[in-house]
Amino acid sequence: MAAQGRIVWVSGPAVRADGMSDAKMYETVTVGNSKLVGEVIRLTGDVAFIQVYESTSGLKPGEPVVGTGNPLSVLLGPGIIGQLYDGIQRPLRELSKASGSFIGRGITTTAVDMTKKYHFVPIVSNGDVVTPGSGIGTVKETDLIENLIMVPPDHPGGKISNLVAEGDYDLETVLATTEKDGQSIPLKMYHKWPVRKPRPYLKRYDPTVPLITGQRVIDTFFPIAKGGTGSIPGAFGTGKTVTLHQIAKWADSQVVVYIGCGERGNEMTEVLVEFPHLKDPRSGKPLMDRTVLVANTSNMPVAAREASIYTGVTIAEYYRDMGKDVVLVADSTSRWAESLREMSGRLEEMPAEEGYPSYLASRLAEFYERAGRVRASGSPDRDGSVTLIGAVSPSGGDFTEPVTTHTMRFIKTFWALDAKLAYSRHYPSINWMNSYSGYLADISKWWSENISEDWFSIRSEAYSVLQREDTLKEIVRLLGPEALPDEEKLILEVARMIKIGLLQQNSFDDVDTYCSPEKQFKLMKLLVDFYKKGQQALKEGAALSDIRALPVVTSLLKARMDVKDDEMSKLDQLDKNLQEQFKSISGVKVSN
Amino acid sequence: MTIEGGVQYSKIAEIKGPLVVVDDVENAAFDELVEIETNEGERRLGKVLEVGNGKAIVQVFEGTTGLSISGTKAKFVGKVMEMPVSKEVLGRVFDGLGRPKDGLPDPIADKFIDINGEPMNPEQREYPKDFIQTGVSVIDGLMTLVRGQKLPIFSGSGMSHNLLAAQIARQASVVGKQDDFAVVFAAIGVQYSEAEYFRRSLEESGALKRSVLFLNTADDPAIERIITPRVALTVAEYLAFDLGMHVLVVMTDMTNYAEALREISAAREEVPGRKGYPGYLYTDLSTIYERAGKLNGRKGSVTQVPILSMPSDDITHPIPDLTGYITEGQIVIGRDLFRQGIYPPINILMSLSRLMKDGIGEGSTRADHAEVANQVYDAYSRSQEVRALAGIVGKAGLTEIDLKYMDVGDTFEKEFLTQATDENRTIEETLALLWKIVSKLPKNEITKIKDKFVDQYYKEE
Repeated sequence: MAAQGRIVWVSGPAVRADGMSDAKMYETVTVGNSKLVGEVIRLTGDVAFIQVYESTSGLKPGEPVVGTGNPLSVLLGPGIIGQLYDGIQRPLRELSKASGSFIGRGITTTAVDMTKKYHFVPIVSNGDVVTPGSGIGTVKETDLIENLIMVPPDHPGGKISNLVAEGDYDLETVLATTEKDGQSIPLKMYHKWPVRKPRPYLKRYDPTVPLITGQRVIDTFFPIAKGGTGSIPGAFGTGKTVTLHQIAKWADSQVVVYIGCGERGNEMTEVLVEFPHLKDPRSGKPLMDRTVLVANTSNMPVAAREASIYTGVTIAEYYRDMGKDVVLVADSTSRWAESLREMSGRLEEMPAEEGYPSYLASRLAEFYERAGRVRASGSPDRDGSVTLIGAVSPSGGDFTEPVTTHTMRFIKTFWALDAKLAYSRHYPSINWMNSYSGYLADISKWWSENISEDWFSIRSEAYSVLQREDTLKEIVRLLGPEALPDEEKLILEVARMIKIGLLQQNSFDDVDTYCSPEKQFKLMKLLVDFYKKGQQALKEGAALSDIRALPVVTSLLKARMDVKDDEMSKLDQLDKNLQEQFKSISGVKVSN
Repeated sequence: MTIEGGVQYSKIAEIKGPLVVVDDVENAAFDELVEIETNEGERRLGKVLEVGNGKAIVQVFEGTTGLSISGTKAKFVGKVMEMPVSKEVLGRVFDGLGRPKDGLPDPIADKFIDINGEPMNPEQREYPKDFIQTGVSVIDGLMTLVRGQKLPIFSGSGMSHNLLAAQIARQASVVGKQDDFAVVFAAIGVQYSEAEYFRRSLEESGALKRSVLFLNTADDPAIERIITPRVALTVAEYLAFDLGMHVLVVMTDMTNYAEALREISAAREEVPGRKGYPGYLYTDLSTIYERAGKLNGRKGSVTQVPILSMPSDDITHPIPDLTGYITEGQIVIGRDLFRQGIYPPINILMSLSRLMKDGIGEGSTRADHAEVANQVYDAYSRSQEVRALAGIVGKAGLTEIDLKYMDVGDTFEKEFLTQATDENRTIEETLALLWKIVSKLPKNEITKIKDKFVDQYYKEE
């Protein structure tokens, strides 16, 4: 039976209620006369400690608290794609119908339109035996997404009967029933799943396929695998959000879940305005047809911010279970950690570092462990992945603070944003010396099979130029560049070219915003060739100033913007020019 | 402020710092407005921070100085704090709690609005993209302000942020139709002279009758500062979204606001985050800054230019740091440039407008704007490196191209950045100056601008 208690104490988003001995941990409750949504986070005797997902302004001791008997859950079914949800899966579009331009309180809505009809095509027949997680049919959710209607993972499965024929049905229609042990259980297009519980799967694979994001510094230098984990920490103004938007736009996944967790309202609006007009580079369909947004902006209630991460990852797992590659971007996990800290403070728990609760690390670990490439449960066979990318907003840009340091323990790709690079307008400001990728070895096979066998060796050469430049920079800082021999000056020059021509990428340029793997490789190879030719020319007596003055230098720097993805022949021409121009200066001996 | 209703009085049990603990509380709500009456009949206002088990913790806006436990009574008003608003607020001066300070009676209220506001539904926001011409080259050219943006000025003690904010307020007001524009100014714990400078500046430009001023000066109660930005923004939202005006909100100094917040947090014995500031400083600041914006289907906009002084010029201090994570960019005042006597002393490399990309380009400024701005950022950044190098190896150790970059740096600071406080440049003038800087470089150094623009605007001297 549902708990029925009374509020005894209110402080911000935290409420204590007595008479709650029937309540369960993490049960959702309605709080007060205006029926705000809350969740039980501690039980002491008959007193429940509740975090409330809406503003508690005006709440009084004595008002009722009523349990729902259910843990915080999301509704999973067709209609999720293209939505903008708040942290507890209320569609913000529906909220605005109820309360206008500003977010009101105590409004109940359903996550998807239950009356919308979808064309259901069964893939099983009456008499087939299905197991939990198995597909029973498909519906077209958007132009890009075929939604597999699955037997819920917590459903016992059994023999299919009463299967409907192919046709248009709404979400509440019983599509079939399963018979097992004399029990008959209906199957609909949707089911519910508790957000704090990872969805089960059959087995996990090693992540070996790169997630292609079209961003050169990521794909070429610090790649992330499908089903992998990555983190992008950076002080404000270093371009975190732009980089995350780029990944959400161009990553080669079928579904993108974008969580705006405690961030700016206008950023979510930007996605809402921009994505319907942007075309997916592979299918040509609007990007919104594969995107789900979860927005709990900084000024929305802090407890719902804590929930938004779980809401998002559960939705991601749902699409993974259909056999899709899903990218989840969480901006920013620091704000999520702060919401943990705030609730922990109100619970009067003993704080660990910087006031964060001692369970910060384990919560982060639990979250990032929900990433992975898996074989889904049930039939038919399908493999899907959830790639988790979390932004971190370290206070003062200091990477030694608790959220950054704990996050680093649980992720494999680390894109360190650098304020100095951002100040000099080097974007994306991913620092190539401090960043790393643990997937490099695993995914290089993909590059050699799909792009070029030389990929790994050329990448290493390009990277070593950057590394050598980093050491030389110290000398230059003390003695000036003229103190270096020409061979080393050439390294500085080539490093500059790699930075401008390869690492930098203009997200706002129509051509440069996305770079195909082939173009990435060719640009990199041209720069490495330039370096090798330059070394050779120097040996043969050419002057460094002649090498610097070659017209091909400017062409190489601008190729990222000038050459479209379908104009690879232009890069081949550039290669020819490079060879010829070096010929013109080689053999020119310095006359003494 | 007018207060009505509520008759129940409660006893004060404890006074600590800015807080009082009220006993025998029967029917108080979280966030409710409280009226406190002393023995002498003096009235102060406060609000409920925590309520339960027959007690309420109340934060007293005017401070607790002079309150005693015996004889002081608390009355729960039965509603949250509200600001009376109407068109009549234009041209008026209020104190930090929104009470008239100009000797005139209360404005006749059109309605009463909860000063805490409600979060804008992101789905209902209109993405800001209308260019505001401030007439300040460095802002219009390199860190463009757009309507509905929140773009703070990060400054340090003694620098010329007030001059700049006043110049923006004066000059931005002439764009578009005059009657659509309003300025809301909130002085938060600043010196009287600074607030007065701002008022006079608005008066001289004739903008005062389109302005609303909220003044909490340094000698006013510190806890009141928690309320000042909120009443100011409540009025701004009303002017923007009910009356359809384009409102520019200048709030100075947000550092004083954060310190008042810290004072309350310390009195409540909360676990502190960094530097003693409460762990919820970010969330709290966002409830102020996120009130900037535009809404679908409504005419007006709220643009915020908050000013904050960075303690010891440290941009990693929690106040500028958390502000920068919420606002859409920042304008950073540089101590070096200020010492050299340059006005406005804006360090462009540390400054940024996130919404610039959508506010500029064809149709609003000019198609080449973004690219020429990128090139100038790049060139100025190089010029700073070259300057640092010249400090070590001397000018003689520099290459020819390095010297060109030195020249770019000088031209930038002397001709583009430097501007008189009453000089109002058009965007065309600003763009011409940007091209003048770029034209100091040989063409093969221009890597961020498309050839067609170079052909059109590049002029070798």
